[in-house]
Amino acid sequence: MSAQAPEEGRLTGIAILRRGLALSPAIKEGLGLTLVLAILSTIGGSVIPIVIKQTVDSGLGKGNGTELSDVAGYLFAALGIIVVSGLLAYWMRVRLFVASERGLAQLRVDAFRHVHDLSMLTQNAERRGVLVSRVTSDIDQVSQFLQFTGIMMVVSLGQIVVATAIMAWFSWQLTIVVWVCFLPLAISLKYFAERLSRAYDIVRGTVGEMLAVIAEPVVGASVVRAYAIERRTQERVDAGIGRNLDANVRAQKLVAVTFASAGVAGGLANAAVIAFGVAIGLSGQLSMGTVIAFAFLVGLFVGPVQMATQVLTDAQNAIASWRRVIELLDTPADVVDPGAAGTTLPGGVLGARFEGVTFAYPGGPDVLKDIDVEIAPRQRVAIVGETGSGKTTFAKLLTRLMDPTVGVVRLGDTDISQVSFDDLRRHVLMVPQEGFLFDATLRDNLLYGKKDAAETELLEVFDRLGLADWYASLPRGLDSQVGQRGESLSAGERQLVALVRSALADPEFIVLDEATSAVDPQTELRATRALDRLLEGRSSVTIAHRLSTAENADRVLVFDAGRLVEDGTHAELVRLGGVYARLHASWVAQASLATHQPVVDPV
Amino acid sequence: MSDRTTAEPASAAPSDADERDLGTTDHTHVTGRGFALLGQGIREQRFLFSLSVIGSVLYGAMTVADAWVLGWATDHVIRPSFARGEIAKGALAGAIALFLAVAILRGLGVIGRRLIGGVVFYRLIADYRRRVTRKYLSLPMAWHHRHPTGQLLSNANADVEATWSVFMPLPMAVGVIAMLVAAIVAMLAADVVLTIVGLIVFPALFAINVFYQRWLSPKVSYAQSLRGDVSSVAHESFDGALVVKSLGREADETERFTKVTHELRDANIAVGRIRSMFDPLLEALPNLGILLVIVLGVGRVASGAADPGDVVQVAYLFTVVAFPVRAIGWVLGELPRSVVGWERVSSVLDAEGSMAYGSRTLPGGGPVALDIDGLTFGYADGDRDVLRGIDVEVEPGKVIAVVGATGSGKSTLTSLLTRLVDPQHGAIRVDGHDIRELSHAELAKAIAVVPQATFLFDDSVRENVTLGGDFSDEDVWAALRTVQADGFVARLPAGLDAELGERGTTLSGGQRQRLSLARALVRRPRLLVMDDATSAVDPEVEQRILKALAAHTADDDGPTVLVVAYRKATIALADEVVFLDDGVIADRGSHDELVARSADYRNLVNAYDHAREVES
Repeated sequence: MSAQAPEEGRLTGIAILRRGLALSPAIKEGLGLTLVLAILSTIGGSVIPIVIKQTVDSGLGKGNGTELSDVAGYLFAALGIIVVSGLLAYWMRVRLFVASERGLAQLRVDAFRHVHDLSMLTQNAERRGVLVSRVTSDIDQVSQFLQFTGIMMVVSLGQIVVATAIMAWFSWQLTIVVWVCFLPLAISLKYFAERLSRAYDIVRGTVGEMLAVIAEPVVGASVVRAYAIERRTQERVDAGIGRNLDANVRAQKLVAVTFASAGVAGGLANAAVIAFGVAIGLSGQLSMGTVIAFAFLVGLFVGPVQMATQVLTDAQNAIASWRRVIELLDTPADVVDPGAAGTTLPGGVLGARFEGVTFAYPGGPDVLKDIDVEIAPRQRVAIVGETGSGKTTFAKLLTRLMDPTVGVVRLGDTDISQVSFDDLRRHVLMVPQEGFLFDATLRDNLLYGKKDAAETELLEVFDRLGLADWYASLPRGLDSQVGQRGESLSAGERQLVALVRSALADPEFIVLDEATSAVDPQTELRATRALDRLLEGRSSVTIAHRLSTAENADRVLVFDAGRLVEDGTHAELVRLGGVYARLHASWVAQASLATHQPVVDPV
Repeated sequence: MSDRTTAEPASAAPSDADERDLGTTDHTHVTGRGFALLGQGIREQRFLFSLSVIGSVLYGAMTVADAWVLGWATDHVIRPSFARGEIAKGALAGAIALFLAVAILRGLGVIGRRLIGGVVFYRLIADYRRRVTRKYLSLPMAWHHRHPTGQLLSNANADVEATWSVFMPLPMAVGVIAMLVAAIVAMLAADVVLTIVGLIVFPALFAINVFYQRWLSPKVSYAQSLRGDVSSVAHESFDGALVVKSLGREADETERFTKVTHELRDANIAVGRIRSMFDPLLEALPNLGILLVIVLGVGRVASGAADPGDVVQVAYLFTVVAFPVRAIGWVLGELPRSVVGWERVSSVLDAEGSMAYGSRTLPGGGPVALDIDGLTFGYADGDRDVLRGIDVEVEPGKVIAVVGATGSGKSTLTSLLTRLVDPQHGAIRVDGHDIRELSHAELAKAIAVVPQATFLFDDSVRENVTLGGDFSDEDVWAALRTVQADGFVARLPAGLDAELGERGTTLSGGQRQRLSLARALVRRPRLLVMDDATSAVDPEVEQRILKALAAHTADDDGPTVLVVAYRKATIALADEVVFLDDGVIADRGSHDELVARSADYRNLVNAYDHAREVES
């Protein structure tokens, strides 16, 4: 629909409206009556000037000796219309607010849920901010549109139709004249709307850029100072702000031009009605009264047209927002929960099996190629490999955060894509490397692992993982607030909480992404001990960043460029002299300092 | 449309504190401060603002003129033409010309009011964003430490916008005041008594508006704060998506989100109910006024006190002015928001202090001698000094490692070395010169720091390394080679020109850290400060980087190095180790010596790499 490289499958404005209403049935409920009320109330509003004019013409206009009683009928009619249309307007608005807020609240929730169903969320951290705005500011825009702009548009269109009907009743010839005057505007409106929509797209782009550069002197404050690049940074910020200013001004220019052309068309119509009215009148087809009446009627037409033009520009933003929400909801959830129709896994500790598994992101190269591997129940497996070797992808496939492009992942003998999420997640759990905590109490965070766990159960897990002393050191115990993203706790303590949370969830198969960031030694020790106890008696796969993890594993899988290149115990792989041996050598080099020192004071 | 509505999260979610402030702000003071703010903005953009007001007045005048031309055309074209049976050509041409002239002038009015008015608004926010960011760049780091990042970003974005948002309806409101004055004068000329009716109706409109705003604004603030809650829940939930997904908590999260969403919905509906009542009322009032004018007018005409034409004119003036009068209400409605925004913006603009730099340059080249002498530092809000009496001397070209547990003061030491903060006591000297005497540029040239947290600019790889400095591509590649980043950079589609950040390439934590290292190395600093700068790098790659760094520092003109280290591999680079414990130097010497004589040190350096072994 746009002259800009037409995006495939981009919905048109009307299609957005239709689809949007279909997605929020609450908005459609009783919409017919609301629209009728809207048109009635505004038509009532525009009838008032006519009634007043009649009053003036029939009473006041005659001048000499008019009594109030002569015009009382008109005045009461006018009063009645004012009151009734006011009440109708109130009724209409309340209906509209309630229906649209209900519909949009549902849309918000649906979009939120859908975001969680999309695996892209776990893949791309940078998109998260954008996704938040889908369920917040985008929907706010739609609500503004439905409650103010949209209804005004409908009303204006209604008024245009009514005005046209009244004009045609007076003179069809002059009605055609008026329409012809507005034809160029009507035709170019589509063009203006497209230009505007593009101009706002550009504005949005510059806002993103500007926010990014404004963040530099704040988030990067220390780097800016340390490298003495204040001036350069200011220039970048100024430029970003400047581009945003320019884009906004360009969009304003379009808005102003659009409004102004509607005004010029109105002037043209006025002039044409006078000229043609007189000409047609003189040929005997129209009376003078009709021509004069018509000249005033044009105003009834021009007003709503101008309103519709103004509203159209505002509508572009709302449509764009609605489109983004709809496109989000229309993105198919790539990892589908078979739900109740799915099978359940058998009891007992299970192993896992990858059968001919290949994975590639859409349009990308293979990240993981032809993986065939079986992990026995209770086996403790370490995965090693460089960044980009495919080890994280392996972990995500195993927990069904993603589905393989080719091949099957099984737990026991069951294809995990056939298992309901509910059941699957009782059995297999991914513990991410940096323990993400929610801004709530420690207790709330632990309950994420098991909703209905009793307090004693929580404390018992601290005990079991050997964290009782750490727990005892928390002044407020389970009621400790962990802060945003858990920032009131140290990185190491966050890991501890994540481990307790996982232990509560009590899965039989744990997939662990080992933390890389350094934490203080005491916490490190605690975490290591807790982890050991957590993994006891379970199957586990750990993405290893440390020598000790690989050394202590039952089995090491080595990934390189998307392939499983080595598989064996630590000792076997060191002897093999391949990728793992090389990795091991660099680990040893790091640790060598400690090992070749005479230990004077053995711990 | 302002960019408030299109901005992504940083400004899309106004902090709820902001809105709560609004709810409690004293309204009587708000109006005074609000008008002062209006005056300030008008003064700063006086030329364009005047144009926009002229545009607005022109628009209003042309709206009235339109009706006048219609009357003129009726009297001079339609009636005479029908009377004479032929078109009054001259008058017709005149009417057409008048209609078009009015339309064009009204178009100009629209351009003045909408376009120039918009430009005033956008210029003000651009200007104040620049002022705020300029301030951010000059205020000392200590000030930055005291203010949360989110707040500073919102000061520069949402708050600046809130401050000036009142300028969107302002030109129209000022134009309306002009129209109102003209209308009242015209009414007075027509009929004094009827005008008094008008003078009753307008204040009533005004009063209803004020009452409306006050009744509504706490409800709007409440809805706004709920909007903030909805945004935070979504933010947090999407941030923790991996946890939510792997623990199978999607349904519970949806429930949590549904709860705040429903609260917001109900709050919005409550606001909507009030709006539903007031909007029709505000529309009906002028119409009722007109009826009143007619009722009284008929009586006055009957008693001969007024001409019918005068009554018609007063009634007409009413209809013209009634709707635009609401623009004044919009301005008054926006004022509290503007005042709250301005308070937040001015808290930044009024902040004082900056880091004073000297003017000295360092003579010579090559590595410098570092002398840290009796250094004591405490944060303003801390109970206790973070570093106490630190003395360290490093010979030119040597590498010193600083080792210590979390909170021992290591990172603070690196901040002091680059003067992000200054010590309360003691001094840092390079080649005998106190770093406080050095010019800012010289300091940055001589001492390069690689911080613990990597910060990359939303820019190309090249610019992220050079930071606008004059370095050849060979220099850049050499630095990238040293930090083992040449491989992945070469593989990027655009190489050195590849854009990083939101719209560009996404790098892993280790890759980002390596670019940050290259940034320091490319400048060939005379003192290199690294704060746990390889923590996110794969061990094997780290090993290669450290080897290359060792070769680099062993050069005759390689830098003196101070490195904060956790891992033994990094410590291995050092000629000497300083062991920090709780803000004081607990011990120093070679790694071997420290391992031999300090149990604390041994525990610390062993913990990370061999936690398991230590335990068993």
